[in-house]
Amino acid sequence: MEKELRLMKGNEAVAEAAIRAGADGYFGYPITPQSEIIEYLMEANPYETTGMVVLQAESEVAAINMVYGGAGCGKKVMTTSSSPGISLKQEGITYIAGAELPCLIVNVVRGGPGLGTIQPAQSDYFQAVKGGGHGDYHLIVLAPASVQEMADFVDLGFELAFRYRNPVMMLSDGAIGQMMEKVWLSPPKERSRTVPDWATTGKPPTRERNIITSLELDPNRQEIFNEKLVVKYNEIKEKEVRFEEFQCADAEYLFVAYGTSARVCQKAVELARNQGIKAGLLRPITLFPYPSKQLNKLADQVRLMLSVEMSAGQMVEDVMLSVNGKVPVYHYGRMGGMIPTPDEVVENLKERIKGGR
Amino acid sequence: MKDMTGIKEIISPENLAYKKSEILTDEIMHYCPGCGHSTAHRILAEIIEEEGIQQDTIGVSPVGCSVFLYNYLNIDWQEAAHGRAPAVATAIKRLLPEKFVFTYQGDGDLAAIGTAETIHACNRGENFLIIFVNNGIYGMTGGQMAPTTLPGMKSSTSPFGRDVRTMGNPLKMTDIVATLPGTYYVTRQSVHNPSNVKKTKRAMRKAFQYQKLNKGTCFIEIVSNCPSGWKMTPVQSNKWMEENMFPFYPLGDLKVPEEQPVQQPKSE
Amino acid sequence: MTEEILIAGFGGQGVLSMGKIMAYSGVIQDMEVSWMPSYGPEMRGGTANVIVILSSERISSPIIRHFDTAIILNQQSLDKFEQSVKPGGVLIYDGNGITRHPERKDISIYRVDAAEEASKMNSPKTFNMIVLGGFLKVKPVLTMENVIKGLKKSLPERYHKLIPENEKSLLRGEEIIKEIQKF
Ligand SMILES: Cc1ncc(C[n+]2csc(CCOP(=O)(O)OP(=O)(O)O)c2C)c(N)n1
Repeated sequence: MEKELRLMKGNEAVAEAAIRAGADGYFGYPITPQSEIIEYLMEANPYETTGMVVLQAESEVAAINMVYGGAGCGKKVMTTSSSPGISLKQEGITYIAGAELPCLIVNVVRGGPGLGTIQPAQSDYFQAVKGGGHGDYHLIVLAPASVQEMADFVDLGFELAFRYRNPVMMLSDGAIGQMMEKVWLSPPKERSRTVPDWATTGKPPTRERNIITSLELDPNRQEIFNEKLVVKYNEIKEKEVRFEEFQCADAEYLFVAYGTSARVCQKAVELARNQGIKAGLLRPITLFPYPSKQLNKLADQVRLMLSVEMSAGQMVEDVMLSVNGKVPVYHYGRMGGMIPTPDEVVENLKERIKGGR
Repeated sequence: MKDMTGIKEIISPENLAYKKSEILTDEIMHYCPGCGHSTAHRILAEIIEEEGIQQDTIGVSPVGCSVFLYNYLNIDWQEAAHGRAPAVATAIKRLLPEKFVFTYQGDGDLAAIGTAETIHACNRGENFLIIFVNNGIYGMTGGQMAPTTLPGMKSSTSPFGRDVRTMGNPLKMTDIVATLPGTYYVTRQSVHNPSNVKKTKRAMRKAFQYQKLNKGTCFIEIVSNCPSGWKMTPVQSNKWMEENMFPFYPLGDLKVPEEQPVQQPKSE
Repeated sequence: MTEEILIAGFGGQGVLSMGKIMAYSGVIQDMEVSWMPSYGPEMRGGTANVIVILSSERISSPIIRHFDTAIILNQQSLDKFEQSVKPGGVLIYDGNGITRHPERKDISIYRVDAAEEASKMNSPKTFNMIVLGGFLKVKPVLTMENVIKGLKKSLPERYHKLIPENEKSLLRGEEIIKEIQKF
């Protein structure tokens, strides 16, 4: 079957892609700017067609624990929310990471802290990439920059989640969730019938019983488990780094930006080049694992890097770690639901060029 | 300039029929036309003013359409996270037991995400007032299904009507909390016409006065409308509410204390 | 070809849906499109705006501050966005309720009194189609045929009976738009 062209909001694309990816269950709670996801799923009513369960939970806490239960049965399950709701899910997320369960969590980020605003932001980078919940764990974090990627990363997210038995987070924002673009949708997949051997489905005489848990009373054994996780995270760092480069080949100045900011920076690259400034853009697609090697390589070529984020400066720390002092690294950000414009990004770059080297 | 219209005469103090409460600020309310929240706010303001307890009252506002309640009543406020107002109020009242404390919450806030906090505050008999505005829908986020949405009722997350087999039955929180020994006074009211406004006001006055007795949680449900969320005109929404909400959520007292307040209610 | 458009007015004027029709029509016309709305509860009765980009190339930033065309439907939006039109660009506005008219000298200005016309036609709901018709006259980046297809795409099936009325309004908009100043 061929791909189908649609004009959709990013949120709607997530919902439609979930049905087409053969998801078994969706559990959510309304919150702006992502309520269209559950609204779309309720309207589409996939239970009647694919058998996908869609449920409005009584809270985000309930929703993430439903995900825990569904994932423990070996099913393709997911939840979506926006910043305040994702904070509530953190307990469940660390239990899911600790029990090594696959699932997809989408955060359509809005401005914080606290109740904050409902406008787009990227201020949950630390929460997504550095932890969020307690304990030594990592999510695989995908950062879509278009409606197309909102759809594509649902399937990719499930694939990575099952490959590594690890929760995957799609870190989006209100702008990508709310805007409409063209999207090519993959043909629907059947829901999978294969049951992972670790899933709780009822113990047949032929296998040991399966227990889904994150509890270990013996610290020696907990440490062995932690080491196993480290090995897994290292493998992910080795194999799953994804990024995109724009005009990097001859770039003297590099923007580093993901999601909506990357779109803005793409335009900023055009504007800068029109003014004779050789700018380029590296767009991380995975935020964990981070494209550190590529940035380190580019540090040998460019004169400075400017991390552009809708935050007070979070990802910039990873850029600094990646280049390890080789070139000056700066941050330019807007906060609270404000989006930087391409012009102001170029202005900032020019200031850095003047003030720096 | 000479008063040609005779307006001065008309607006003389003897003719005063309604006055904005001193407790209400001059902030313009953001509610949709015909929404019951603004009436409930006004009643609350009048009670605080008439009881003379502005300096002794602390309100806890919810997340929902009434999230900006703190802009409209000139008292001290704490804004709670979604559903957590009873927990916030618990600590305020325990640490400032001489003060009047109340929460003001919607049905999503109180009966979905905040069910645990609501039940446990009531079960501990926390000595504050919970005002519960039940409009059967999530107004703020754009009309999604709430725990209180009626069977068959359409919302943006129940586009084919609430199917009780998969979405559960509407939750009667007021009936539930009335069964808990911790609650002292539990009543269900409305604010959609003058006589019910008066009844709600009486209930609210009693609830504040009961708070002085230190006998447990007072709980007032206000069954209300949501013209935008229900996709109706204000008039239609009130009619629909009378015909559909009231049979399911009948107005009246669910739990009345035997003891009377220290101070008799003032006449309305 | 790239056309960067802002539409701004009151919530309820059909600002977002007008942008949506442009976006749908753009897809039908095989263009790249983006539709970036202002969103949230402040839209109830407040101001609403949307950025629509139509392009023959991949669209970089869906969020921009300067526009080829600004379509302005109330005074607040005129005050806020008059300076956002690119020099040499186009400003289209509805004169209804406007007390301070556009003053820029370095842009082309057109006026389409759609509110008045819609009430004359006794068709208040197609107000935004009159505006869109005016836009198409000035900036024929989309063909009328594709716009009508886009309209069908963006309207739910049950409203398709209203399409002839919308079509009429589009054509009317083309007729009534007036050039105030040509740059
Ligand atoms: C943790 C969290 N989840 C979700 C939301 C989004 N949210 C804001 S208000 C609301 C529901 C409001 O409904 P209700 O309590 O019935 O009050 P109403 O708006 O109808 O007055 C929701 C889900 C939030 N702010 N925080």
